[in-house]
Amino acid sequence: MGKTFQKPEALADTITHYCPGCTHGVAHRLVAEVIDELDIRGRTVGVAPVGCAVLMYNYFTFDFQEAAHGRAPAVATGIKRVRPDLVVFTYQGDGDLASIGMSEIVHAANRGEKFTVIFINNAVYGMTGGQMAPTTMPDQRTTTSPFGRKPAETGMPIKMSEMLAALQTPAYITRQTLLNPKYINKAKKAIKKAFTYQLEKTCFSFVELVSTCPTNWGMTPLDAINWAKEKMLPYFSLGVFKTPEEDESAANSSSAKK
Amino acid sequence: MGKVLMKGNEAIGEAAIRAGCLNYFAYPITPQSEVAEYLARRLPEAGGVFLQGESEVAVSYMIFGAAASGERVFTTSSSPGISLMSEGISYITAAQCPAVFVNIMRGGPGLGGILPSQADYMQSVKGGGHGDYKLLVMAPASVQEAVEMMMGAFSLAEKYRNPVMILGDGLIGQMMEPVEFPEHLKAKPSNKDEWATNGMETRKRNQRNLVKTLYLDPEELNSHNLMLKAKYDQMEKEDVRYEAYNVEGDYHVLIVSYGTMSRVCRTAIDNLKDQGVEVGMIRPQTLFPFPRTAIFDAAGKQSCRAVLCVEMSMGQMVEDVERSVLGRRPVHWYGKCGGEIPTPEEVMEEVKKLKS
Repeated sequence: MGKTFQKPEALADTITHYCPGCTHGVAHRLVAEVIDELDIRGRTVGVAPVGCAVLMYNYFTFDFQEAAHGRAPAVATGIKRVRPDLVVFTYQGDGDLASIGMSEIVHAANRGEKFTVIFINNAVYGMTGGQMAPTTMPDQRTTTSPFGRKPAETGMPIKMSEMLAALQTPAYITRQTLLNPKYINKAKKAIKKAFTYQLEKTCFSFVELVSTCPTNWGMTPLDAINWAKEKMLPYFSLGVFKTPEEDESAANSSSAKK
Repeated sequence: MGKVLMKGNEAIGEAAIRAGCLNYFAYPITPQSEVAEYLARRLPEAGGVFLQGESEVAVSYMIFGAAASGERVFTTSSSPGISLMSEGISYITAAQCPAVFVNIMRGGPGLGGILPSQADYMQSVKGGGHGDYKLLVMAPASVQEAVEMMMGAFSLAEKYRNPVMILGDGLIGQMMEPVEFPEHLKAKPSNKDEWATNGMETRKRNQRNLVKTLYLDPEELNSHNLMLKAKYDQMEKEDVRYEAYNVEGDYHVLIVSYGTMSRVCRTAIDNLKDQGVEVGMIRPQTLFPFPRTAIFDAAGKQSCRAVLCVEMSMGQMVEDVERSVLGRRPVHWYGKCGGEIPTPEEVMEEVKKLKS
């Protein structure tokens, strides 16, 4: 019997800079496994965000472009429009995607750009040292909400998946998590599905991953997982919010009514 | 193909296609929206990509993405739009990707106005966005010259792996003139496989490419900036362009002017000649690199008493003229920047003040 477990070819032999207990490593590995399984490494271009994953190109073995803060969906649009044969994905955090890059993600989704977005939602700005993000939970303490996030002053956490799913353009939109092995397996299936939709030139695909940030949450990795399960999952509910097939059937049924 | 009568904005769009660029991303803004309107019809027909982005910020990153994947790409905008694109331009320059930006300038600051202006000189020539970078900036004085600069811009952008900016005032975009598209200006194949993130399997060597702008190591960032500077120094050596007018004989005043403004100055110079007043002119065609030596030499002519910088801004080019003249002659400024173009008579009057 040969090796049953090995490092994906798409993943580099580099030690990451991520903190102990951080879920970026798991997310990276899932993306790499999917790229290997779909055998697309030679024509994949990743778009790195600004945030903790800014250096992610050091951990993969295919072409990468580094975007400015929040602009990854615009960069990916530029690549995919002029080279539709390439497989393009962005990998963005919540500050990057849901705050400064809100306009870029909404319009890319609405145009139905045929690339994939991996959205890491850990309810905090990581790289800059734990400031409040648009996805920070009510009463969650961060360095810029030292007394806890007050929804009366700063609103409620933005549910990106639900928001993007409200757009009328067909898309694949799902929220998964990396909080235990069962969830991780499901997340991988979702990522693979997202890339497959892109390969089939079907639609825009978006996978939100509820993640942890033990360092900036000031918790042990285990406590962080428990906190995310307890506080985040009830609000950021897991599931598939939109598939292109549903859109098609919705369009068919509405035309049938006429 | 013979000459055709075209509006500047449309001619600029067509020139890009003729040069071999089939990718265009843009956001509408007066006075250059005709470029997008023209290309929305023309590019699909030519087998190219046309996309209207959601903002100039997004457009500048669509340009970044397309350029990084090794495809020729350009955008057009006007002053406030270029301000928004400046963030992306800084990244594109840092990442060393070739792209062409056209700025059909309108009056500023703020919303300013929609009439011709040259008030983005500093923004274009000195940087605009953050960090140490330069654009190669070309300023056309006619629709034909806009076509030629546009066609040549792609090769220059690829030579330096740096964005090139075509800086025209509103009149260049709005006026109609007969133009032709010289076949020899078609861009040559680029060296993209050495650097572009165009997918490993499309390249001969099976090594991944990386397009990035982050250098956390101070020595590495310093070397990166030194390497960028070397390119700007090379531009100053190899790609300065200017036109000299009426500089053969003795002249009392030397005008430095570019774009539409230089055409008014040319008329003023011809009229003054009839009145027995000789005036020479250096018209920078590249604003960066700036024709410093040409201006230094022309200002140093024994008959020359003064230098007059004429532009549709509050004297933004004056400091470049001063650092060219190096104190040999006094440098004066005349201009307007509300959208009105100074008349030949007004320029003549200014020259006469300096002569006496």
